Amino acid sequence: MTSAFVAPEIPWAELTPVAVVLLAAVVGVLVEAFVPRRARRVTQLVLAFVALAGALVAVAALWSDTLATGGASHLGGAYVLDGPALALQGVLALMGLVSILVVADRTEDGAEDAFAPTAAAVPGSDFEELARRRGLAQTEVFPLVMFALGGMMIFPAAGDLLTLFVALEVLSLPLYLLAGMARRRRLLSQEASLKYFLLGAFASAFLLFGVALLYGFAGSVRLADISLAVSGVSGLDPLLLAGALLVLVGLLFKVGAVPFHSWTPDVYQGSPTPVTGFMAACTKIAAFGALLRVLYVVLAPLEWDLMPLMWGVAVLTMLVGTVVAIVQTDVKRMLAYSSVAHAGFVLVGVVALTQSGISSVLFYLVAYGLATIGAFGVVSLVREVNAGPGGAVVAEATHLSQWSGLGRRHPLLAGSFALFLLSFAGIPLTAGFTGKFAVFTAALEGGLGWLVVVGVLASAAAVFFYVRLIVLMFFTDAVGTPGETTTVVRSEGFTAVAVGVAVVGTVLLGVLPSPVLDLLGDVAAFVP
Amino acid sequence: MAEQTFPWLTAMIVVPLVGAAVLWALPRGARRHARAVAVAVSLVVLALGVAATLAFDTAQAATHQLTEQAAWIPALGVSYALGVDGVGLSLVLLSVVLVPLVLLAAWREHPDAALADGELDPAEATAGDVAGDRIRRYMALVLVLEAFMVAIFAARDVFLFYVLFEAMLIPVYFMIGAFGGLQRRYAAVKFLLFSLAGGLVMLAGVIALYLQGPGGPDGFLVENLVGAEMSTTTERLIFLAFFLAFAIKAPMWPVHTWLPDAAEQAPAGTNVLLVGVLDKVGTFGMLTLCLPLFPEASRWAAPVIIVLAVISILYGALLAIGQADLMRLIAYTSVSHFGFIVLGIFAFTSVSIQGASFYMVNHGLSTGALFLLAGFLVARRGSQRIADFGGLQKVVPVLAGTFLVAGLSALSLPGLSTFVSEFLVLVGTYASNRPAAVVATLGVVLAALYVLWTYQKVFTGPVRPELAATVDLSAREKWVVGPLIAAMLVLGFYPAPALDLVREPAQTSLTQVGVDDPQATQVASTTISEDGSDQ
Repeated sequence: MTSAFVAPEIPWAELTPVAVVLLAAVVGVLVEAFVPRRARRVTQLVLAFVALAGALVAVAALWSDTLATGGASHLGGAYVLDGPALALQGVLALMGLVSILVVADRTEDGAEDAFAPTAAAVPGSDFEELARRRGLAQTEVFPLVMFALGGMMIFPAAGDLLTLFVALEVLSLPLYLLAGMARRRRLLSQEASLKYFLLGAFASAFLLFGVALLYGFAGSVRLADISLAVSGVSGLDPLLLAGALLVLVGLLFKVGAVPFHSWTPDVYQGSPTPVTGFMAACTKIAAFGALLRVLYVVLAPLEWDLMPLMWGVAVLTMLVGTVVAIVQTDVKRMLAYSSVAHAGFVLVGVVALTQSGISSVLFYLVAYGLATIGAFGVVSLVREVNAGPGGAVVAEATHLSQWSGLGRRHPLLAGSFALFLLSFAGIPLTAGFTGKFAVFTAALEGGLGWLVVVGVLASAAAVFFYVRLIVLMFFTDAVGTPGETTTVVRSEGFTAVAVGVAVVGTVLLGVLPSPVLDLLGDVAAFVP
Repeated sequence: MAEQTFPWLTAMIVVPLVGAAVLWALPRGARRHARAVAVAVSLVVLALGVAATLAFDTAQAATHQLTEQAAWIPALGVSYALGVDGVGLSLVLLSVVLVPLVLLAAWREHPDAALADGELDPAEATAGDVAGDRIRRYMALVLVLEAFMVAIFAARDVFLFYVLFEAMLIPVYFMIGAFGGLQRRYAAVKFLLFSLAGGLVMLAGVIALYLQGPGGPDGFLVENLVGAEMSTTTERLIFLAFFLAFAIKAPMWPVHTWLPDAAEQAPAGTNVLLVGVLDKVGTFGMLTLCLPLFPEASRWAAPVIIVLAVISILYGALLAIGQADLMRLIAYTSVSHFGFIVLGIFAFTSVSIQGASFYMVNHGLSTGALFLLAGFLVARRGSQRIADFGGLQKVVPVLAGTFLVAGLSALSLPGLSTFVSEFLVLVGTYASNRPAAVVATLGVVLAALYVLWTYQKVFTGPVRPELAATVDLSAREKWVVGPLIAAMLVLGFYPAPALDLVREPAQTSLTQVGVDDPQATQVASTTISEDGSDQ
């Protein structure tokens, strides 16, 4: 402990994917300060697209080298770039790109976007009305999303617990802000923001406490060192067990697993819909990446102490998510509980603790992410209209009854939403089925037949609420005069592209999943 | 295996899919031709089916022919492997024969939504409106379903089979939910949930089966999985997972409850495909997957399954007698008939299995004809209640006559094709399981009851005044029913070609399951050949 401080060598090449995204976020803040208002939105958009495309290129450039060597740890063990980490960064950049499209859409008439003109204004105040009339737009959304994405990309690559914690905060803080920025139903949105922040802070505290305990146990925060120390102990060490449990609680909170899921429905419902799609997809991907690393690298020797607990969490998550989703009457809340159920299905793959577990979880996350972003993209376009002639568009029509008959009036939109629902339900020839198949196969290989049976039963029950929405859209006539209470605002183009990408991806990954499966199958094990 | 020259089976899958895509993409101006396009596509598929049959070597009906194979998802051990043996071919043929008839029967159904809702004055509606946009979508769904049906009967890969097994639910779900009767939403959801629940349990079995097999990039091929070594418990559990899905599909008592609801709400054409073809996937799966893959478990479960099958036969027939709704009645008769098929399969004699295989085709013909004719009746009366009909015989003699023939076929009158198959099932079963055969024969008596009573109530007696103006079958409708009646008669008097297709596969199934033919059936099969109707 007395050795002199050695400055770590900074591996710029390996850091590029993350660095590009974070750099774009910082530049985005400067853009807010220095670029004139008219040009801000375009500048932010171009900046975000270029940065994410750059991150993708960087991932591709690093791909073959990383896979060949199996990856290595950098920055004195703080940052690990191995196959899974790189794959997750690529997936996150891709999902981020699609999400940003939905975030960017201001609808055809340019005034019906999801974000408040000035989120700082008191809801209902004159100041807010003034901002609305002047057509202000909150372009800070873009740097916030980029910061969150940067944090997410570090999260699964964190080589020590402190980096893990910092990444968690970097990804969480912008999300807390974003959750409170909805244009409509602002109080609900601010409530969501506050709830998310409070509960998130609790989870962070748990994680931090766990980190401290693990440090007390191993004398180091590096995953590699802790892993060594763990394999050295025989019997139960209270410090280790308590620390591991607390760290797991922090991660399971981000994943949205039962019993740490209670924030999900409120936050998903209150947040601006594009943000909901973004965090439902990307946060979950990043958090599962980190969970995989911690479980596989550090806690694998504790299998017999921790796994029964994880099995229980997986079962609970699947069942609670499914059962509670059945009784929801709000589209966004239903999708929130469905995302909880999906976290359970992913956990089935996670606890398999097999090599195919990693790649199957990655594939599942891609399939789930695509359908999620697409589904929330569609939700963001379906709006309520004030009754009366020429009524103005009011807010998103999220009550289930408002969706009835949508398929007859907007077959393409409702058709793609139905496809996403079928993918969630795991119907063959969609990405969701391939994902479920891969995850269940991994679990069976890991000897968890009973868990697969629970998963299969839960997915059978889950079909009910997905199918109910399809029934509403396609087989039910609209309540009242068609087209009067619910309307579909025309996308400016961005959301349409995002939904299109999600549709194509969902079908391709269902019909011809081989290239992606092979790609993810090449992802070797974690490097400690 | 025969040298493969032209991918007949793939062509029969691709053509209807392309046809459906064309229908969907049809520009507004050309939409009034949608029906003609759909029927033309289905006729092309029929022609392909006939050509494939000619390319099929009946002498080797037990081996899979017309085979095609390509890697699909090597990482998961999945290949796109097609090929048919005699049983598969006969069911593929049944599908491609029924689809054009169903499309033709639906020619005047499903007017455009605007018309149906009264938003559009019928007087102002153009021919294009009446033909409607709905019919275009309906026919596109039928074509998609046709592709899935051909593919599933030709699938040689368990994963491929499973994918199709579940994927084909979606077009049917939309066909019931969007085009059915008042309770269609309930019926569609019930249908989908029942089938998916069974299917998902089967998914667990599919994965477990793969892990027991040799693995590798073509680890899901049926031929690679046959004879996989597994413990008795594992085999039985996986068998149960498969069997549950097939029993729901078939449908067997006590998991049949979705069928009457679906049949009552679905349009007649949908019922033809649903009951006539789709449900055969259940019995086809029992025959071609359960028996060869899980021989020990099949033998273990057979006694229970036979009891369930006999219950299905009697229960279906008894409930059919009590039905007030025409479509529900036909659905319950099918529950009874599927009982016979399952009984034939699990009686484990070559004669009964042969009979069951042939039964699958015949049931498609006779139930198909019944559903179509019932659909014509309902379209004329605007009601499905049997009590709303009466005395139609004098008004619509052709409709009455064809209905009678189809009904007699359902009660297995000698001279009609169903008789041959039902007789084979009962004779075969008698040799291996006498009590079951005896009790099942009661089903034949009950069948006479439900068919003749229904005929009596609908067609005989005094003509109801409101039915006096009912028109008889049009030329189009005669063309729909004619081929089915003809097929029943031809196969009734000369079943040899069809029996040739299924004889060797039946023998092979028996060998695979590891049971010897009992002596008595040898006698029975000689009797048939002396009868002249067999060889």
